[in-house]
Amino acid sequence: MGRIFKFGKDVDTDQIIASQYLLFPTIDEMKSHTFESLDTEFASKVTPGDFVVADENFGCGSSREQAPSVLKALGVKAVIAKSFARIFYRNAINIGLPVIVSKVLYDESSSGDEMSLDLDHGIILANGKEYSCTKLPAKMQAILDQGGLIASLNKEEA
Amino acid sequence: MGYTAIEKIIGRNVNKKVHAGEIVMTNVDRVMIDDIMVAFVKEKFEEMGFKKIWDPEKVVLIYDHFLPASQVDDTRQFKAGNEFASKYNISHIHRSDGICHQLMPEQGYVKPGDIAFGTDSHTVTYGCVGAFSSGIGYTEMAGILGTGQLWVKVPETIKITIDGKLPSNVTSKDIILKIIGDLRADGATYKCLEFCGSTIFNMSVAGRMTMSNMVVEAGAKCAVFTADEATCEYCGLEYNDNIKELAADYDAVYVRELRYDAKDFVPVLACPSQVDNIHPVKEYEGIAVDQVFLGSCTNGRLEDLQTAAAILKGKKIAKYLRFIVTPASVKVYNEALADGTIKILADAGAIITHPGCGLCCGRAGGILCDDEVVVATNNRNFLGRMGTSKVKIYLASPATAAMTAIKGVISEP
Repeated sequence: MGRIFKFGKDVDTDQIIASQYLLFPTIDEMKSHTFESLDTEFASKVTPGDFVVADENFGCGSSREQAPSVLKALGVKAVIAKSFARIFYRNAINIGLPVIVSKVLYDESSSGDEMSLDLDHGIILANGKEYSCTKLPAKMQAILDQGGLIASLNKEEA
Repeated sequence: MGYTAIEKIIGRNVNKKVHAGEIVMTNVDRVMIDDIMVAFVKEKFEEMGFKKIWDPEKVVLIYDHFLPASQVDDTRQFKAGNEFASKYNISHIHRSDGICHQLMPEQGYVKPGDIAFGTDSHTVTYGCVGAFSSGIGYTEMAGILGTGQLWVKVPETIKITIDGKLPSNVTSKDIILKIIGDLRADGATYKCLEFCGSTIFNMSVAGRMTMSNMVVEAGAKCAVFTADEATCEYCGLEYNDNIKELAADYDAVYVRELRYDAKDFVPVLACPSQVDNIHPVKEYEGIAVDQVFLGSCTNGRLEDLQTAAAILKGKKIAKYLRFIVTPASVKVYNEALADGTIKILADAGAIITHPGCGLCCGRAGGILCDDEVVVATNNRNFLGRMGTSKVKIYLASPATAAMTAIKGVISEP
Protein backbone atom coordinates (compact mmCIF):
# COMPACT_ATOMS: atom_id res chain seq x y z
CA MET A 1 0.00 0.00 0.00
CA GLY A 2 1.08 3.57 -0.62
CA ARG A 3 -0.42 7.03 -0.27
CA ILE A 4 -1.84 9.09 -3.12
CA PHE A 5 -0.45 12.56 -3.92
CA LYS A 6 -2.82 14.31 -6.32
CA PHE A 7 -1.91 16.89 -8.98
CA GLY A 8 -4.12 18.56 -11.57
CA LYS A 9 -4.31 18.94 -15.34
CA ASP A 10 -1.45 19.82 -17.73
CA VAL A 11 1.26 19.44 -15.08
CA ASP A 12 4.35 20.40 -17.07
CA THR A 13 7.93 19.24 -16.62
CA ASP A 14 9.00 22.71 -15.40
CA GLN A 15 6.59 22.16 -12.49
CA ILE A 16 7.91 18.64 -11.81
CA ILE A 17 11.53 19.83 -11.77
CA ALA A 18 12.35 23.44 -12.64
CA SER A 19 15.13 24.24 -15.11
CA GLN A 20 17.37 25.91 -12.52
CA TYR A 21 17.91 22.51 -10.86
CA LEU A 22 18.62 20.51 -14.02
CA LEU A 23 22.35 20.93 -13.72
CA PHE A 24 22.70 19.67 -10.18
CA PRO A 25 25.28 16.93 -10.65
CA THR A 26 23.01 14.05 -9.59
CA ILE A 27 19.32 13.18 -9.55
CA ASP A 28 19.60 12.70 -5.78
CA GLU A 29 20.58 16.36 -5.40
CA MET A 30 17.70 17.47 -7.64
CA LYS A 31 14.95 15.39 -6.05
CA SER A 32 14.30 17.62 -3.02
CA HIS A 33 12.99 20.26 -5.48
CA THR A 34 10.37 17.99 -7.07
CA PHE A 35 7.02 19.77 -7.59
CA GLU A 36 8.47 22.78 -5.75
CA SER A 37 6.29 25.39 -7.48
CA LEU A 38 3.11 23.41 -6.72
CA ASP A 39 3.82 21.93 -3.27
CA THR A 40 6.97 22.93 -1.42
CA GLU A 41 6.57 20.02 1.01
CA PHE A 42 6.04 17.21 -1.51
CA ALA A 43 9.63 16.01 -1.53
CA SER A 44 9.79 15.78 2.26
CA LYS A 45 6.35 14.17 2.66
CA VAL A 46 6.49 11.49 -0.04
CA THR A 47 7.84 8.09 1.03
CA PRO A 48 8.93 5.10 -1.07
CA GLY A 49 5.90 3.18 -2.34
CA ASP A 50 3.64 6.25 -2.65
CA PHE A 51 1.80 7.17 -5.86
CA VAL A 52 1.29 10.32 -7.92
CA VAL A 53 -2.22 10.61 -9.35
CA ALA A 54 -3.01 13.31 -11.92
CA ASP A 55 -5.60 14.59 -14.34
CA GLU A 56 -4.99 14.84 -18.11
CA ASN A 57 -1.72 15.51 -19.95
CA PHE A 58 0.72 14.81 -17.12
CA GLY A 59 4.35 15.69 -17.96
CA CYS A 60 3.73 18.04 -20.87
CA GLY A 61 6.44 20.46 -21.96
CA SER A 62 10.14 19.83 -22.18
CA SER A 63 11.96 16.57 -22.94
CA ARG A 64 13.83 16.57 -19.62
CA GLU A 65 14.25 13.01 -18.43
CA GLN A 66 15.05 14.45 -15.02
CA ALA A 67 11.26 14.77 -14.50
CA PRO A 68 10.45 11.04 -14.26
CA SER A 69 13.91 10.46 -12.74
CA VAL A 70 13.30 12.63 -9.64
CA LEU A 71 9.94 10.92 -9.06
CA LYS A 72 11.59 7.51 -9.26
CA ALA A 73 14.44 8.65 -7.02
CA LEU A 74 11.92 9.76 -4.37
CA GLY A 75 10.50 6.24 -4.44
CA VAL A 76 7.25 7.06 -6.25
CA LYS A 77 6.01 3.60 -7.26
CA ALA A 78 3.96 4.72 -10.25
CA VAL A 79 2.24 7.71 -11.80
CA ILE A 80 -1.43 7.18 -12.61
CA ALA A 81 -3.04 9.84 -14.81
CA LYS A 82 -5.95 10.28 -17.19
CA SER A 83 -3.38 10.81 -19.94
CA PHE A 84 0.32 11.53 -20.38
CA ALA A 85 2.38 13.76 -22.65
CA ARG A 86 4.35 11.57 -25.00
CA ILE A 87 7.98 12.40 -24.20
CA PHE A 88 7.39 12.07 -20.45
CA TYR A 89 5.66 8.74 -21.09
CA ARG A 90 8.55 7.32 -23.13
CA ASN A 91 11.14 8.66 -20.70
CA ALA A 92 9.35 7.11 -17.71
CA ILE A 93 9.23 3.67 -19.34
CA ASN A 94 12.86 3.97 -20.40
CA ILE A 95 14.00 4.61 -16.82
CA GLY A 96 11.66 1.96 -15.39
CA LEU A 97 9.01 4.18 -13.77
CA PRO A 98 5.53 2.70 -14.35
CA VAL A 99 3.12 5.18 -15.94
CA ILE A 100 -0.46 4.03 -15.93
CA VAL A 101 -3.55 5.42 -17.57
CA SER A 102 -6.76 5.37 -15.54
CA LYS A 103 -9.62 7.58 -16.67
CA VAL A 104 -11.46 7.38 -13.34
CA LEU A 105 -9.04 7.08 -10.40
CA TYR A 106 -8.32 10.83 -10.37
CA ASP A 107 -11.99 11.74 -10.00
CA GLU A 108 -12.65 9.11 -7.35
CA SER A 109 -9.63 9.58 -5.08
CA SER A 110 -8.21 12.21 -2.75
CA SER A 111 -4.71 13.12 -1.66
CA GLY A 112 -3.76 10.94 1.30
CA ASP A 113 -5.92 7.95 0.26
CA GLU A 114 -4.22 4.58 0.37
CA MET A 115 -3.95 2.48 -2.77
CA SER A 116 -2.16 -0.58 -4.10
CA LEU A 117 -1.15 -1.54 -7.60
CA ASP A 118 -0.90 -4.96 -9.22
CA LEU A 119 1.17 -4.18 -12.31
CA ASP A 120 1.06 -7.69 -13.77
CA HIS A 121 -2.71 -7.68 -13.96
CA GLY A 122 -3.20 -3.94 -14.43
CA ILE A 123 -5.34 -3.58 -11.31
CA ILE A 124 -5.49 -0.67 -8.84
CA LEU A 125 -7.14 -1.10 -5.45
CA ALA A 126 -8.22 2.15 -3.75
CA ASN A 127 -10.91 2.88 -1.18
CA GLY A 128 -12.20 -0.67 -1.43
CA LYS A 129 -12.74 -0.42 -5.18
CA GLU A 130 -10.93 -2.08 -8.07
CA TYR A 131 -9.85 -0.11 -11.12
CA SER A 132 -8.45 -1.72 -14.24
CA CYS A 133 -5.86 0.27 -16.16
CA THR A 134 -4.88 0.49 -19.78
CA LYS A 135 -2.16 -1.95 -20.86
CA LEU A 136 1.10 -0.80 -22.40
CA PRO A 137 2.04 -1.72 -25.98
CA ALA A 138 4.09 -4.97 -25.90
CA LYS A 139 7.28 -3.15 -26.92
CA MET A 140 7.04 -0.76 -23.98
CA GLN A 141 5.96 -3.43 -21.50
CA ALA A 142 9.06 -5.45 -22.44
CA ILE A 143 11.32 -2.45 -21.74
CA LEU A 144 9.58 -1.80 -18.41
CA ASP A 145 9.69 -5.49 -17.40
CA GLN A 146 13.43 -5.50 -17.86
CA GLY A 147 13.84 -2.42 -15.67
CA GLY A 148 14.22 0.21 -18.37
CA LEU A 149 16.00 0.79 -21.67
CA ILE A 150 19.56 0.30 -20.41
CA ALA A 151 18.79 -3.13 -18.97
CA SER A 152 16.76 -3.96 -22.07
CA LEU A 153 19.55 -3.01 -24.51
CA ASN A 154 22.12 -4.87 -22.43
CA LYS A 155 19.90 -7.94 -22.62
CA GLU A 156 19.49 -7.67 -26.40
CA GLU A 157 23.25 -7.63 -26.77
CA ALA A 158 23.81 -10.54 -24.41
CA MET B 1 -6.71 3.86 -48.64
CA GLY B 2 -3.99 6.42 -49.23
CA TYR B 3 -1.14 7.58 -47.06
CA THR B 4 -0.63 10.73 -45.00
CA ALA B 5 2.61 12.69 -45.29
CA ILE B 6 4.04 11.21 -42.07
CA GLU B 7 3.08 7.67 -43.14
CA LYS B 8 5.01 8.23 -46.35
CA ILE B 9 8.10 9.63 -44.61
CA ILE B 10 8.26 6.78 -42.11
CA GLY B 11 7.35 4.20 -44.77
CA ARG B 12 10.23 5.29 -46.98
CA ASN B 13 12.61 5.06 -44.03
CA VAL B 14 11.58 1.53 -43.02
CA ASN B 15 11.18 0.41 -46.63
CA LYS B 16 7.58 -0.74 -46.37
CA LYS B 17 4.15 0.83 -46.52
CA VAL B 18 2.89 1.78 -43.06
CA HIS B 19 -0.29 3.17 -41.60
CA ALA B 20 -0.96 4.93 -38.29
CA GLY B 21 -0.78 2.67 -35.25
CA GLU B 22 2.02 0.40 -36.45
CA ILE B 23 5.15 0.21 -34.35
CA VAL B 24 8.28 0.26 -36.50
CA MET B 25 12.02 0.47 -35.98
CA THR B 26 13.30 3.55 -37.81
CA ASN B 27 16.82 4.14 -39.10
CA VAL B 28 17.76 7.54 -37.79
CA ASP B 29 19.12 10.06 -40.31
CA ARG B 30 20.19 12.76 -37.84
CA VAL B 31 20.35 13.43 -34.13
CA MET B 32 20.78 16.68 -32.23
CA ILE B 33 22.14 16.86 -28.67
CA ASP B 34 22.08 20.14 -26.76
CA ASP B 35 24.30 21.38 -23.95
CA ILE B 36 21.74 20.72 -21.18
CA MET B 37 21.62 17.02 -21.94
CA VAL B 38 25.04 16.10 -23.33
CA ALA B 39 26.63 15.09 -20.01
CA PHE B 40 23.66 12.83 -19.23
CA VAL B 41 23.75 11.31 -22.74
CA LYS B 42 27.45 10.56 -22.30
CA GLU B 43 26.86 8.90 -18.93
CA LYS B 44 24.01 6.70 -20.24
CA PHE B 45 25.89 5.84 -23.45
CA GLU B 46 28.81 4.53 -21.46
CA GLU B 47 26.55 2.81 -18.92
CA MET B 48 25.00 0.91 -21.84
CA GLY B 49 28.45 -0.38 -22.70
CA PHE B 50 28.72 1.11 -26.19
CA LYS B 51 32.27 1.68 -27.43
CA LYS B 52 31.54 3.76 -30.51
CA ILE B 53 28.82 5.91 -32.06
CA TRP B 54 27.00 4.16 -34.89
CA ASP B 55 27.69 7.01 -37.30
CA PRO B 56 29.35 10.16 -35.88
CA GLU B 57 28.62 11.98 -39.15
CA LYS B 58 24.91 11.94 -38.25
CA VAL B 59 25.39 13.50 -34.81
CA VAL B 60 25.18 17.25 -34.19
CA LEU B 61 26.15 18.72 -30.84
CA ILE B 62 24.96 22.27 -30.16
CA TYR B 63 25.69 24.56 -27.21
CA ASP B 64 22.87 27.07 -26.83
CA HIS B 65 20.99 26.90 -23.52
CA PHE B 66 23.96 28.10 -21.46
CA LEU B 67 25.64 30.29 -24.01
CA PRO B 68 27.66 32.22 -23.03
CA ALA B 69 28.10 30.51 -19.68
CA SER B 70 26.86 32.51 -16.71
CA GLN B 71 27.35 29.94 -13.94
CA VAL B 72 30.07 27.47 -13.11
CA ASP B 73 27.60 24.58 -13.55
CA ASP B 74 27.11 25.63 -17.19
CA THR B 75 30.78 25.30 -18.03
CA ARG B 76 30.79 21.72 -16.75
CA GLN B 77 28.33 20.83 -19.54
CA PHE B 78 30.59 22.35 -22.19
CA LYS B 79 33.54 20.41 -20.83
CA ALA B 80 31.57 17.17 -20.85
CA GLY B 81 30.41 17.90 -24.42
CA ASN B 82 33.92 18.62 -25.64
CA GLU B 83 35.22 15.40 -24.08
CA PHE B 84 32.36 13.38 -25.55
CA ALA B 85 32.90 14.85 -29.02
CA SER B 86 36.61 14.19 -29.06
CA LYS B 87 36.36 10.69 -27.57
CA TYR B 88 33.73 9.52 -30.08
CA ASN B 89 34.74 11.55 -33.14
CA ILE B 90 31.79 13.95 -33.35
CA SER B 91 32.83 16.68 -35.76
CA HIS B 92 29.53 18.59 -36.10
CA ILE B 93 29.82 20.71 -32.99
CA HIS B 94 28.50 24.27 -32.70
CA ARG B 95 29.94 26.04 -29.70
CA SER B 96 28.60 29.55 -30.38
CA ASP B 97 26.59 29.60 -33.60
CA GLY B 98 23.03 29.89 -32.33
CA ILE B 99 19.96 28.02 -31.15
CA CYS B 100 19.79 24.32 -32.02
CA HIS B 101 16.39 24.39 -33.75
CA GLN B 102 17.46 27.29 -35.93
CA LEU B 103 20.82 25.74 -36.81
CA MET B 104 19.54 22.29 -37.75
CA PRO B 105 17.54 23.47 -40.81
CA GLU B 106 19.69 26.56 -41.44
CA GLN B 107 22.97 24.62 -41.62
CA GLY B 108 21.43 21.89 -43.79
CA TYR B 109 21.41 19.09 -41.24
CA VAL B 110 17.79 18.16 -41.93
CA LYS B 111 16.16 17.66 -45.33
CA PRO B 112 12.75 16.60 -46.62
CA GLY B 113 12.02 12.96 -45.75
CA ASP B 114 14.67 12.70 -43.03
CA ILE B 115 14.00 11.19 -39.63
CA ALA B 116 15.64 13.18 -36.86
CA PHE B 117 15.53 13.13 -33.06
CA GLY B 118 16.84 15.60 -30.52
CA THR B 119 17.16 15.88 -26.75
CA ASP B 120 14.78 18.84 -26.67
CA SER B 121 11.01 18.92 -27.03
CA HIS B 122 11.09 21.63 -29.72
CA THR B 123 12.90 19.23 -32.06
CA VAL B 124 9.47 19.05 -33.74
CA THR B 125 10.61 22.20 -35.58
CA TYR B 126 12.20 20.30 -38.47
CA GLY B 127 8.76 19.36 -39.79
CA CYS B 128 9.04 22.82 -41.41
CA VAL B 129 11.17 21.24 -44.17
CA GLY B 130 9.12 18.06 -44.48
CA ALA B 131 11.21 15.93 -42.11
CA PHE B 132 9.88 13.73 -39.29
CA SER B 133 11.46 14.99 -36.10
CA SER B 134 10.65 14.72 -32.43
CA GLY B 135 12.08 15.19 -28.96
CA ILE B 136 13.34 12.33 -26.81
CA GLY B 137 15.07 11.86 -23.44
CA TYR B 138 18.78 11.35 -22.91
CA THR B 139 18.55 7.61 -22.26
CA GLU B 140 16.85 7.06 -25.62
CA MET B 141 19.38 9.33 -27.29
CA ALA B 142 22.17 7.17 -25.86
CA GLY B 143 20.39 4.14 -27.32
CA ILE B 144 20.28 5.73 -30.79
CA LEU B 145 23.94 6.70 -30.62
CA GLY B 146 24.79 3.04 -30.05
CA THR B 147 22.34 1.40 -32.45
CA GLY B 148 21.33 4.02 -35.03
CA GLN B 149 17.70 3.05 -34.51
CA LEU B 150 14.62 4.10 -32.58
CA TRP B 151 11.20 2.48 -32.42
CA VAL B 152 8.22 4.72 -33.08
CA LYS B 153 4.51 4.27 -33.34
CA VAL B 154 3.37 5.73 -36.68
CA PRO B 155 1.19 8.64 -35.54
CA GLU B 156 -2.35 9.43 -36.55
CA THR B 157 -2.60 12.78 -38.34
CA ILE B 158 -4.73 15.86 -37.80
CA LYS B 159 -4.98 17.76 -41.08
CA ILE B 160 -5.10 21.53 -40.79
CA THR B 161 -6.01 23.48 -43.90
CA ILE B 162 -5.66 27.26 -44.08
CA ASP B 163 -6.69 29.12 -47.22
CA GLY B 164 -6.64 32.74 -48.25
CA LYS B 165 -4.78 35.91 -47.40
CA LEU B 166 -3.89 36.84 -43.82
CA PRO B 167 -4.74 40.28 -42.42
CA SER B 168 -1.63 42.51 -42.51
CA ASN B 169 -1.18 42.54 -38.71
CA VAL B 170 -1.30 38.73 -38.38
CA THR B 171 1.78 36.49 -38.50
CA SER B 172 2.31 32.74 -38.49
CA LYS B 173 2.72 32.99 -34.70
CA ASP B 174 -0.90 34.14 -34.34
CA ILE B 175 -2.00 31.21 -36.51
CA ILE B 176 -0.25 28.54 -34.45
CA LEU B 177 -1.35 30.11 -31.14
CA LYS B 178 -4.97 30.13 -32.34
CA ILE B 179 -4.68 26.47 -33.42
CA ILE B 180 -3.16 25.44 -30.05
CA GLY B 181 -6.01 27.25 -28.31
CA ASP B 182 -8.51 25.31 -30.43
CA LEU B 183 -6.79 21.92 -29.98
CA ARG B 184 -5.90 22.56 -26.29
CA ALA B 185 -2.62 21.56 -24.63
CA ASP B 186 -3.24 17.84 -25.08
CA GLY B 187 -5.42 17.91 -28.20
CA ALA B 188 -2.75 16.49 -30.49
CA THR B 189 -0.95 14.15 -28.05
CA TYR B 190 0.89 11.36 -29.92
CA LYS B 191 -0.35 12.80 -33.22
CA CYS B 192 1.11 14.50 -36.28
CA LEU B 193 -0.16 17.87 -37.45
CA GLU B 194 -0.11 18.19 -41.24
CA PHE B 195 -0.46 21.76 -42.49
CA CYS B 196 -1.78 22.60 -45.94
CA GLY B 197 -3.76 25.13 -47.96
CA SER B 198 -2.89 28.23 -49.96
CA THR B 199 -1.89 30.31 -46.91
CA ILE B 200 0.71 27.68 -46.00
CA PHE B 201 1.84 27.34 -49.61
CA ASN B 202 2.51 31.09 -49.74
CA MET B 203 4.23 31.19 -46.36
CA SER B 204 8.03 31.44 -46.02
CA VAL B 205 9.99 28.52 -44.54
CA ALA B 206 10.77 30.84 -41.60
CA GLY B 207 7.04 31.32 -40.97
CA ARG B 208 6.44 27.57 -41.17
CA MET B 209 9.28 27.07 -38.69
CA THR B 210 7.45 29.21 -36.12
CA MET B 211 4.42 26.96 -36.49
CA SER B 212 6.18 23.57 -36.46
CA ASN B 213 8.22 24.72 -33.45
CA MET B 214 5.08 25.07 -31.34
CA VAL B 215 3.07 21.94 -32.19
CA VAL B 216 4.48 20.21 -29.10
CA GLU B 217 2.47 22.73 -27.05
CA ALA B 218 -0.62 20.83 -28.22
CA GLY B 219 1.13 17.57 -27.33
CA ALA B 220 1.95 16.63 -30.94
CA LYS B 221 4.65 14.11 -31.78
CA CYS B 222 5.53 16.00 -34.93
CA ALA B 223 4.45 18.46 -37.63
CA VAL B 224 4.72 18.11 -41.38
CA PHE B 225 4.80 20.91 -43.90
CA THR B 226 5.02 18.94 -47.13
CA ALA B 227 8.17 19.89 -48.99
CA ASP B 228 7.50 22.20 -51.92
CA GLU B 229 9.55 24.53 -54.11
CA ALA B 230 10.11 26.99 -51.27
CA THR B 231 11.38 24.17 -49.05
CA CYS B 232 13.75 22.92 -51.72
CA GLU B 233 15.08 26.40 -52.36
CA TYR B 234 15.71 26.79 -48.61
CA CYS B 235 17.44 23.40 -48.44
CA GLY B 236 19.39 23.86 -51.68
CA LEU B 237 17.72 20.85 -53.30
CA GLU B 238 16.09 20.22 -56.64
CA TYR B 239 12.29 19.86 -56.36
CA ASN B 240 12.19 16.43 -57.97
CA ASP B 241 9.85 13.42 -58.08
CA ASN B 242 11.62 11.83 -55.14
CA ILE B 243 10.53 14.76 -52.97
CA LYS B 244 7.11 15.22 -54.60
CA GLU B 245 6.25 11.60 -53.73
CA LEU B 246 6.38 12.49 -50.03
CA ALA B 247 3.16 14.52 -50.32
CA ALA B 248 0.03 13.01 -48.77
CA ASP B 249 -2.34 11.07 -51.05
CA TYR B 250 -5.72 12.63 -51.84
CA ASP B 251 -7.40 9.65 -50.12
CA ALA B 252 -5.19 9.62 -47.03
CA VAL B 253 -7.04 8.97 -43.79
CA TYR B 254 -7.02 11.62 -41.07
CA VAL B 255 -8.17 11.30 -37.50
CA ARG B 256 -9.46 14.87 -37.53
CA GLU B 257 -9.58 17.82 -39.94
CA LEU B 258 -9.60 21.52 -39.12
CA ARG B 259 -10.20 24.27 -41.68
CA TYR B 260 -9.47 27.96 -41.33
CA ASP B 261 -10.08 30.99 -43.51
CA ALA B 262 -6.97 33.18 -43.28
CA LYS B 263 -8.96 36.41 -43.15
CA ASP B 264 -10.57 35.33 -39.84
CA PHE B 265 -7.27 35.35 -37.90
CA VAL B 266 -6.50 38.22 -35.53
CA PRO B 267 -3.41 38.98 -33.40
CA VAL B 268 -3.62 36.82 -30.27
CA LEU B 269 -1.86 36.22 -26.96
CA ALA B 270 -1.23 33.08 -24.93
CA CYS B 271 -2.10 34.43 -21.51
CA PRO B 272 -0.56 33.32 -18.18
CA SER B 273 0.22 30.53 -17.58
CA GLN B 274 -0.87 28.02 -20.23
CA VAL B 275 0.06 28.06 -23.89
CA ASP B 276 -3.54 27.12 -24.79
CA ASN B 277 -5.01 30.11 -22.91
CA ILE B 278 -5.52 32.11 -26.12
CA HIS B 279 -7.26 35.48 -26.37
CA PRO B 280 -7.30 38.31 -28.94
CA VAL B 281 -4.70 41.02 -28.18
CA LYS B 282 -7.58 43.54 -28.33
CA GLU B 283 -9.11 42.10 -25.14
CA TYR B 284 -5.92 42.69 -23.16
CA GLU B 285 -4.85 46.07 -24.52
CA GLY B 286 -3.66 48.50 -21.86
CA ILE B 287 -2.01 46.04 -19.46
CA ALA B 288 1.32 47.57 -18.34
CA VAL B 289 4.41 45.66 -19.41
CA ASP B 290 7.87 45.62 -17.80
CA GLN B 291 9.74 43.78 -20.51
CA VAL B 292 9.36 42.72 -24.14
CA PHE B 293 11.33 39.81 -25.54
CA LEU B 294 11.84 39.24 -29.27
CA GLY B 295 13.77 36.10 -30.11
CA SER B 296 14.03 32.33 -29.48
CA CYS B 297 13.79 29.33 -31.79
CA THR B 298 10.15 30.30 -32.31
CA ASN B 299 10.57 33.90 -33.49
CA GLY B 300 14.23 34.91 -33.69
CA ARG B 301 14.65 34.76 -37.45
CA LEU B 302 15.43 37.55 -39.89
CA GLU B 303 11.82 38.08 -40.97
CA ASP B 304 10.75 38.29 -37.30
CA LEU B 305 13.34 40.98 -36.60
CA GLN B 306 12.36 42.78 -39.82
CA THR B 307 8.67 42.68 -38.86
CA ALA B 308 9.51 44.33 -35.54
CA ALA B 309 11.87 46.83 -37.18
CA ALA B 310 9.20 47.93 -39.65
CA ILE B 311 7.00 48.91 -36.68
CA LEU B 312 9.84 50.40 -34.58
CA LYS B 313 11.56 52.38 -37.33
CA GLY B 314 12.15 55.97 -36.20
CA LYS B 315 10.38 55.34 -32.88
CA LYS B 316 11.51 54.82 -29.29
CA ILE B 317 10.42 52.14 -26.88
CA ALA B 318 8.38 53.22 -23.85
CA LYS B 319 10.15 54.71 -20.86
CA TYR B 320 11.17 52.20 -18.14
CA LEU B 321 10.51 49.23 -20.44
CA ARG B 322 13.22 46.71 -21.21
CA PHE B 323 13.26 45.41 -24.78
CA ILE B 324 15.50 42.39 -25.33
CA VAL B 325 16.21 41.14 -28.84
CA THR B 326 17.91 37.78 -29.35
CA PRO B 327 18.59 36.71 -32.94
CA ALA B 328 18.24 32.91 -33.34
CA SER B 329 21.68 32.41 -34.86
CA VAL B 330 24.90 34.18 -35.77
CA LYS B 331 23.83 33.98 -39.42
CA VAL B 332 20.56 35.75 -38.62
CA TYR B 333 22.47 38.31 -36.53
CA ASN B 334 24.81 39.07 -39.43
CA GLU B 335 22.00 39.32 -41.96
CA ALA B 336 20.08 41.67 -39.67
CA LEU B 337 23.23 43.70 -39.20
CA ALA B 338 23.88 43.91 -42.95
CA ASP B 339 20.36 45.05 -43.89
CA GLY B 340 20.10 47.67 -41.13
CA THR B 341 17.50 45.84 -39.03
CA ILE B 342 19.72 45.67 -35.94
CA LYS B 343 20.42 49.41 -36.18
CA ILE B 344 16.70 50.23 -36.26
CA LEU B 345 16.05 48.03 -33.22
CA ALA B 346 19.04 49.39 -31.31
CA ASP B 347 18.12 53.00 -32.16
CA ALA B 348 14.64 52.32 -30.78
CA GLY B 349 16.21 51.25 -27.49
CA ALA B 350 16.56 47.48 -27.76
CA ILE B 351 19.25 45.50 -25.98
CA ILE B 352 20.60 43.15 -28.64
CA THR B 353 21.95 39.93 -27.11
CA HIS B 354 24.04 37.05 -28.40
CA PRO B 355 22.05 34.20 -30.02
CA GLY B 356 21.01 31.55 -27.48
CA CYS B 357 18.22 30.10 -25.32
CA GLY B 358 19.01 31.90 -22.04
CA LEU B 359 15.90 33.99 -21.41
CA CYS B 360 13.36 31.63 -22.95
CA CYS B 361 14.38 28.80 -20.63
CA GLY B 362 14.79 31.09 -17.63
CA ARG B 363 18.52 30.61 -17.22
CA ALA B 364 20.02 33.98 -18.08
CA GLY B 365 19.82 37.20 -20.04
CA GLY B 366 16.76 38.97 -18.70
CA ILE B 367 14.90 36.79 -16.19
CA LEU B 368 12.13 38.55 -14.30
CA CYS B 369 10.94 38.96 -10.71
CA ASP B 370 7.63 38.60 -8.85
CA ASP B 371 4.61 40.38 -10.39
CA GLU B 372 6.48 41.60 -13.47
CA VAL B 373 4.79 41.31 -16.86
CA VAL B 374 6.58 40.22 -20.02
CA VAL B 375 5.32 40.04 -23.59
CA ALA B 376 7.50 37.45 -25.30
CA THR B 377 7.75 35.80 -28.70
CA ASN B 378 8.98 32.43 -27.45
CA ASN B 379 6.96 29.25 -27.08
CA ARG B 380 6.20 28.63 -23.40
CA ASN B 381 4.58 30.72 -20.67
CA PHE B 382 4.68 28.01 -18.01
CA LEU B 383 4.74 28.96 -14.35
CA GLY B 384 8.28 30.01 -13.45
CA ARG B 385 9.58 29.65 -16.99
CA MET B 386 11.25 33.08 -17.30
CA GLY B 387 12.01 33.87 -13.67
CA THR B 388 9.93 33.44 -10.54
CA SER B 389 6.58 31.64 -10.53
CA LYS B 390 4.83 35.00 -10.08
CA VAL B 391 6.03 36.44 -13.42
CA LYS B 392 3.17 36.91 -15.89
CA ILE B 393 4.19 35.75 -19.36
CA TYR B 394 2.13 36.66 -22.42
CA LEU B 395 3.23 34.95 -25.64
CA ALA B 396 2.78 36.97 -28.81
CA SER B 397 3.93 37.60 -32.37
CA PRO B 398 6.92 39.82 -33.23
CA ALA B 399 4.47 42.48 -34.47
CA THR B 400 2.52 42.52 -31.21
CA ALA B 401 5.80 42.54 -29.26
CA ALA B 402 7.09 45.55 -31.21
CA MET B 403 3.89 47.57 -30.87
CA THR B 404 3.79 46.75 -27.14
CA ALA B 405 7.41 47.89 -26.76
CA ILE B 406 6.50 51.30 -28.20
CA LYS B 407 3.36 51.79 -26.13
CA GLY B 408 4.57 50.21 -22.88
CA VAL B 409 1.23 48.46 -22.56
CA ILE B 410 -0.14 45.43 -24.41
CA SER B 411 -1.11 46.76 -27.84
CA GLU B 412 -2.41 45.32 -31.08
CA PRO B 413 -0.07 45.91 -34.05
